[in-house]
Amino acid sequence: MKTLVIAEHDNASLKAATLNAVAAAQALGGDIDILVAGAGCDGAAQAAAQVPGISKVICADNAAYEHQLAENISLLVAELGSDYDNLLAASTANGKNFMPRVAALLDVGQISDILSVEGADTFTRPIYAGNVIATVTSSDAKKVITVRTTAFDAAPAEGGAAPVESCAAAHDAGVSAFIREEVAVSDRPELTSASVVISGGRGMQNGDNFSLLEGIADKLNAAIGASRAAVDAGFVPNDYQVGQTGKIVAPDLYIAVGISGAIQHLAGMKDSKVIVAINKDEDAPIFQVADYGLVADLFEALPALEASL
Amino acid sequence: MKALVAVKRVVDYNVKVRAKSDGSDVDLNNVKMAINPFCEIAVEEAVRLKEAGTVSEIVAVSVGGSGCQEQIRTALALGADRGIHVEVDGTVEPLSVAKLLKAVVEQEAPDLVIMGKQSIDGDNNQTGQMLGALTGMGQGTFASEVKVGDGSVEVVREVDGGLQTVSLKLPAIITTDLRLNEPRYASLPNIMKAKKKPLDTFTPDQLSVSVKTHVTQSSVAPPPERAAGIKVEDVAQLVDKLKNEAKVIS
Repeated sequence: MKTLVIAEHDNASLKAATLNAVAAAQALGGDIDILVAGAGCDGAAQAAAQVPGISKVICADNAAYEHQLAENISLLVAELGSDYDNLLAASTANGKNFMPRVAALLDVGQISDILSVEGADTFTRPIYAGNVIATVTSSDAKKVITVRTTAFDAAPAEGGAAPVESCAAAHDAGVSAFIREEVAVSDRPELTSASVVISGGRGMQNGDNFSLLEGIADKLNAAIGASRAAVDAGFVPNDYQVGQTGKIVAPDLYIAVGISGAIQHLAGMKDSKVIVAINKDEDAPIFQVADYGLVADLFEALPALEASL
Repeated sequence: MKALVAVKRVVDYNVKVRAKSDGSDVDLNNVKMAINPFCEIAVEEAVRLKEAGTVSEIVAVSVGGSGCQEQIRTALALGADRGIHVEVDGTVEPLSVAKLLKAVVEQEAPDLVIMGKQSIDGDNNQTGQMLGALTGMGQGTFASEVKVGDGSVEVVREVDGGLQTVSLKLPAIITTDLRLNEPRYASLPNIMKAKKKPLDTFTPDQLSVSVKTHVTQSSVAPPPERAAGIKVEDVAQLVDKLKNEAKVIS
């Protein structure tokens, strides 16, 4: 069995989500290759070559792939896909964008967001916003799969020395063009890959009070998140949102402050290794999933917590 | 300019869906059905484009059993001009839906296809992208802003960590994200008018599409529950537990 993992990267470096997808590929077994498609993406390809257990890295370096436009990348992946039994990508905004195009070009179904590998063609995946876990079986000879990154522990990043093969295939569908990107600039780690996340909810009362989380985040090198209630109330921007319609996170430590624990929020963070809840309402549902609950006024608890770290 | 809007009939988003106790499937007995929220945003976007004078006709299409005519009527009440129902019973997978929509696209030749990024039942997030591949159209997925220009459309997309803007040649596909707009409510007179708007029905045979199964669901289960932990007395005890018991901070 041969599996191709399509790397998530920024041309210069490999993104952590790739290692979760590699872990899912390892669960399937067999030979694993990694495709790095980008422009000036040698750095990412060299990083991919260091992932242990990889047979080879295919580096497709072409201007058409610079911004991961789905129309172009999907043509490349579908062409390379003829040599593989499984095509895997992380279920990131990028993976979600191009993988279904690959599946349609190959005339096969896609299995989205797998949580586990139960056999060569059987997987589990969340449906109905994670309220139900379905076991599904694919009858396609070739499988196109996206991987819920938080469900697979990342494969090691270093220790391997796979050969890097360059691929000259240039596919430009000519129907789409990149205009610009506005990425929120922050010195803090990215929400989805941070090992510590501290999130505020409606209990923060306003956006200014999020500064109470910042001091703690600085000390723990944590990312700052928020509940949908806090986003809807306009305390913080949309890209802070942790939950079923926001970001799915699974850090080593998740601290929920002033968050009641609506199902939509829990769906986005309940796979965190250790959950701490700070809330003055002792009946808040968040305490039902918290490893450590502190019933306290957050305006007293947060400064005390910052001081004791 | 013509816009084709695809809508799906799904369980109402307020219903908490559970697995049946024997794990055979989800329990959908007597639950309220509705238009998929992301599809509703797609209809709203098309209607706003029509109000702005950019779009002249909106065709609402739905693939599914006879019940989904209700959701087509909802789209008509919100401002779509006519409806197309592709009648297929049972679960239709994203790839089959995309093939059926491709046939409708060939019939209607829309300049824009607007649809939801995913449906809240299967959570697949595939159909728009698949339709893009089958038709060769460009796609603006997870759209939070749409600006139609001359022969092209600029789409601001919600991506990890921020926003990305792409330009697509028309015809193009747009899939909607939550922030694109806030859908209106249908007024009673418009609901009445919608009943008289034309609605054509096709079978997959008439569209020369064979509906296939690629992925079968064998069982369903509730997600694993997380056991509740302990309550700590104060911040000092919390920090002690995190350092010495959970060992997640140093």
